[in-house]
Amino acid sequence: MRTLAFFTRTRGRHRLDWTDWLSYLYLGVGLFTLFAPIVWLLMSSLKTESALGQFPPTFLPYSQKTVTVAGHDKPLPLFTVRQADGSLREMAQMRRIGIMATLVDPAQPTQEVRVNINDRKPVSELTFAWSNYTDLFAKFSFGRYLWNSVFITVVATLLTLLINSMAAFALSKYQFRGQKAVFLLIIATLMIPPTIILVPVFLVINSVGLLNSLWGVILPAIATPTGVFLLRQYMLTIPDELLEAARMDHASEWRIYWKIILPLSAPALAVLAIFSVMWRWNDFLLPLIVLSKSEVFTLQLALNSFQGELNTQWHYLLAMTVITLVPITLVFAFLQKYITTGIASAGVK
Amino acid sequence: MATLELANIVKTFDRTTVLHGIDLTVSHGEFVVFVGPSGCGKSTLLRVIAGLESPSGGDIRIDSQVVNDIGAAQRGCAMVFQSYALYPHMSVYDNMAFGLENLQVPRPQIQAKVQDAARLLRLEDLLQRKPTQLSGGQRQRVAIGRAIVRDPRLFLFDEPLSNLDAELRVSMRAELRELHARLGATMVYVTHDQVEAMTLADKIVVLRAGRVEQIGAPLELYNRPCNTFVAGFIGSPRMNFLPAALLSGHAGAPRLPEGSHTIGVRPEHAQAAIEGPVRLTVTQVEQLGASSVLRGTVGVNNPFELVAPGQTGLRAGDSVALTLPAPQLHCFDAHGQRL
Repeated sequence: MRTLAFFTRTRGRHRLDWTDWLSYLYLGVGLFTLFAPIVWLLMSSLKTESALGQFPPTFLPYSQKTVTVAGHDKPLPLFTVRQADGSLREMAQMRRIGIMATLVDPAQPTQEVRVNINDRKPVSELTFAWSNYTDLFAKFSFGRYLWNSVFITVVATLLTLLINSMAAFALSKYQFRGQKAVFLLIIATLMIPPTIILVPVFLVINSVGLLNSLWGVILPAIATPTGVFLLRQYMLTIPDELLEAARMDHASEWRIYWKIILPLSAPALAVLAIFSVMWRWNDFLLPLIVLSKSEVFTLQLALNSFQGELNTQWHYLLAMTVITLVPITLVFAFLQKYITTGIASAGVK
Repeated sequence: MATLELANIVKTFDRTTVLHGIDLTVSHGEFVVFVGPSGCGKSTLLRVIAGLESPSGGDIRIDSQVVNDIGAAQRGCAMVFQSYALYPHMSVYDNMAFGLENLQVPRPQIQAKVQDAARLLRLEDLLQRKPTQLSGGQRQRVAIGRAIVRDPRLFLFDEPLSNLDAELRVSMRAELRELHARLGATMVYVTHDQVEAMTLADKIVVLRAGRVEQIGAPLELYNRPCNTFVAGFIGSPRMNFLPAALLSGHAGAPRLPEGSHTIGVRPEHAQAAIEGPVRLTVTQVEQLGASSVLRGTVGVNNPFELVAPGQTGLRAGDSVALTLPAPQLHCFDAHGQRL
């Protein structure tokens, strides 16, 4: 009840104010433009290959009904045929030559009828082509790609949190010569687009022999200026007295970091974790140059490889795209509370 | 179980000198209070003793051992911070156990010690709570408990009661006093509240602008303040200061020592009378029932405050003669030093 009341709130008490019209219109358009492509993708991923090629396209995954007719090995497509007297009849098509099609009544397999193709209409039914998804696992080493992606995302995120929080701890809680300079240097690297350092990064990865290794994708980007900045800003709000109290409590600096700083930075760490998962999961360029063997492909690379030069298997591509979207959607659904508070408190996007 | 000696402690931050050569000896089991207006360096001095700041000069000796280069933890001090500095993500129990865990004390022993401290501070029912679920007074007790469990040689308190409301402050003061009596430990306490200093201390150190103005027992400071600053700082309401010239030439005025420039008289020592060397023009009367506070001016714009026992019939605008009893007069020279 309360949710409903929340979603139907209006400014006008009894009737809709003009601002209500405007906001609901805006929200409606927003919802449509943002959500329609996703829904379309979801629906299309459940269509058969032939249904995808159909024109005009349908929203729901329709496909042509087929029947097995005695004397034919394969199931034949079913059509509604307009007969000479104007009545309609369902028949299976045996073959088609030019504009003439040869059809047969499934009930009387010997009686063949030839009709103009304009006089027949395919019989469609709602079918969900789950095989698009199941085939992925059967036909391709999809599990392998999924594992690679998950491994890279999880390991890289953990390392990112560890390395960045250490740097942020030092920069926010220790006074040392050059502290400001180091911080500015780290922030300054934000201005360098990753594409610019792609070639040097490749050369480095190549010379340390990490080409075609998942570590070659994980290691180059675990230290991120955004993460250091975000965590440092948050850690500045942790009172120094806590650290001093811990020091008087015989805590080593490592223990202060581990037992005091990290737990208290949890909200900022959550934000960085979400960002890191998104970056790593969606990353394409770095894996593309580092990983060239198909057994180390990530999902994103596998998606790309589906798009052949001559022939694109759209039904698999779409299904895989949906699977690729799932983790990010889950991350958002469950952690959105942290995202909003984190963005608000850190003041960054 | 410790003595503390400070020898010529100097502390400079960049170009500002905060402490100008502090000397102090604290014997075992003493309760010493640093008192002074804000910014006088009392908290810095405490942090230097704790080892959270290193002195720019001078020696700190705990039990006759120079501890200048020894870290905060190894000095065997425990500190209670103004903000309590409880670890917000840990339970009360974990807060108190943290220090012992760091020392790798066996678990049953930690448990026993925390339980003991909790019983002493009446925190037994709160051990599983988080600090945010506690009231100010309870947090304060947890902070003290965290200090107690480690059996420190020296307790350091940095304005521990300043975040509490007035009523709680009075009761916590009594508890601290009692705690000191029970533990018999050496305690150093920082406050800007002279009432706290008077009620708690065995020995008060009055600081001003990084210098020690006077060291002594509470009543010693009250009875024989060595200069106008200490005289004005210790005692509530504040001591009244009058130019010595105002008294000279009056019949019945007490005889002042040679060189008197300022005389000080405490509000509770002056008395309204029929005859007296000075007259008070009353501008404000506060009736407290048991006593009355009269505020006004003496001579030309010398503010004066008088605490008279019982209730008074005087009103704003009245004028009354004052007698200033000679034994309780404090005389200061032109530099504010006691004569």
